[in-house]
Amino acid sequence: MRNAFADELTRLGDADPRLVMLSGDIGNRLFDKFRAAHPGRFFNCGVAEANMTGLAAGLAMNGLRPFTYTITPFVTTRCLEQIRTDVCYHDVPVTVVAVGAGLAYAGLGPTHHACEDISFLRSLPNMKVICPGDAWEVRAALRAVVGQDKPVYIRMGKKGEPLVHAGPVADFEIGKAITISDGDAVCLLSTGNMLPEAVEAAKLLAGKGRSARVVSFHTVKPLDEACLAEAFAKFDLVVTLEEHSLIGGFGSAVAEYAVDHGHDTLKLLRVGTPDAFFKRSGEQEYAREELGLTGHQIAERVLTRLSR
Amino acid sequence: MNVTSREPNTELLRRRAAELRGRVVLMSHQAKSAHLASSLSCCDVLAAAYWHVLRIDPSRPDDPRRDRFILSKGHAAMALYSTLAYRGFYSVDLLDTYTRDGGKLAEHPPANLLPGVEAATGSLGHGLPIGCGIALSARIKGEEPFRVYALLSDGECNEGSVWEAAMFAAAQKLEHLCVVVDYNKWQATARSNETLQLSPLRDKWEAFGWDAMEIDGHDVGLLARLMAEVPNGSGKPVAIIAHTVKGKGVSFMEDDNNWHYRAPTAEEVAAAHKELGLT
Repeated sequence: MRNAFADELTRLGDADPRLVMLSGDIGNRLFDKFRAAHPGRFFNCGVAEANMTGLAAGLAMNGLRPFTYTITPFVTTRCLEQIRTDVCYHDVPVTVVAVGAGLAYAGLGPTHHACEDISFLRSLPNMKVICPGDAWEVRAALRAVVGQDKPVYIRMGKKGEPLVHAGPVADFEIGKAITISDGDAVCLLSTGNMLPEAVEAAKLLAGKGRSARVVSFHTVKPLDEACLAEAFAKFDLVVTLEEHSLIGGFGSAVAEYAVDHGHDTLKLLRVGTPDAFFKRSGEQEYAREELGLTGHQIAERVLTRLSR
Repeated sequence: MNVTSREPNTELLRRRAAELRGRVVLMSHQAKSAHLASSLSCCDVLAAAYWHVLRIDPSRPDDPRRDRFILSKGHAAMALYSTLAYRGFYSVDLLDTYTRDGGKLAEHPPANLLPGVEAATGSLGHGLPIGCGIALSARIKGEEPFRVYALLSDGECNEGSVWEAAMFAAAQKLEHLCVVVDYNKWQATARSNETLQLSPLRDKWEAFGWDAMEIDGHDVGLLARLMAEVPNGSGKPVAIIAHTVKGKGVSFMEDDNNWHYRAPTAEEVAAAHKELGLT
């Protein structure tokens, strides 16, 4: 996803002189093309995320479109007050871009994990929260972001994630979920880099004679309420999938929606990370397996629920 | 846009500063509002900035070519509100609505609500990073450079983000950026140097790559000259360490930190106005 981000931003930067890239001393070589094409619009802001975020707000106040970028906890939580006060309160078009969301950097330990950021960011007024499901959605999200003028948070994985879309997502809209495949036994609502696990779960369920609708719910805020209303109306089981805590994330947002709109909340199954730090060494695949986030584990939970 | 190569009219600036102080004392009394002493210590800086230094047109508060002044020490909002009203950004009558239910003048400056307020401040350590961004934006856009001023408190220099921004501004040689530190030697509840050691404050800014100078922060003529000289040919951002007295201008408030939170009685307002030569 990060390579798609750097490549797409370079393309967009060619056409739009307002785009400014701010890096928190991360992405060695990643932005070489952007730097070469736009040397006056790339700034390594050092290991100083509070300043980077306030700086971005200042740039945006004078008409520019800055993107702040570093590893998820540092670009969100370390400077959360700057995002809240400088960016969201002033309502300026800064885009906060996080790399390595959830457990993408599992091996680096809990300092580099990010299973709380959706919760923090979606509670901020004026903020939109986008969690692309694959590299094609990253590109589409970036194009959509440049076409609007509000604060945005983009939560990415790292690199080499499986592609779910076959090519460019032409009809991407912020706040409008994308149905990847349809079915009638269960609706799998996936946000962010869990999308390939959702696709895998659907495949396994199909093998058991249960067809699943798979939805890439790339925007956590604003919620696609029409999509949710239809899911709760049509399905007996609605599952949220996220590499994020069950406290305050996508599943929480859907639960809030369901309660507020009188849907049958017994239909809802939320899959996410527990209220605990994941301290053991090991890469993302291992961490997902330990926490029950893999496609086959999701399929098993769905089958158990459907057979009740 | 008025050009400011002229000599400052020190007599006028002193008079403006006294008027600001008088208004601030009255507002604090009317609203029973805190941060009176913090507002009094920076009235000379505001008078110098708004009546000599800044290239601004109050009838065009969003003019992209304007100089920017960011009150990073947002708790001195009474001083800023008074300054903007007296300078013509909005009616002086609006000052009577300070802290009233439903008003536009809260105890810290708001975002996108009041002409002339460049940034919503109140949480310390935010104004300088924002100022860096605004100063850098002119360079990126290839605009005719304007100046950006940020007024910080000494207590505010406790915040790490101030020093992050200081290093960034120096690395980028943002010579159109100027910090004024209202060095009144107090923070909310204690002497600033006994809380986190700031001293030697000028040396710190210099070590961070700024053209740093130390002056009497109540010498309004000198403030006006030095602030108007930005960029000053050093090729560096400029830091003016303004030695001030908290509660300046009212003898019974000066250097008494009780006035960080206390509001004056009607009798104290009258006594203060008399001292300020406003009666």
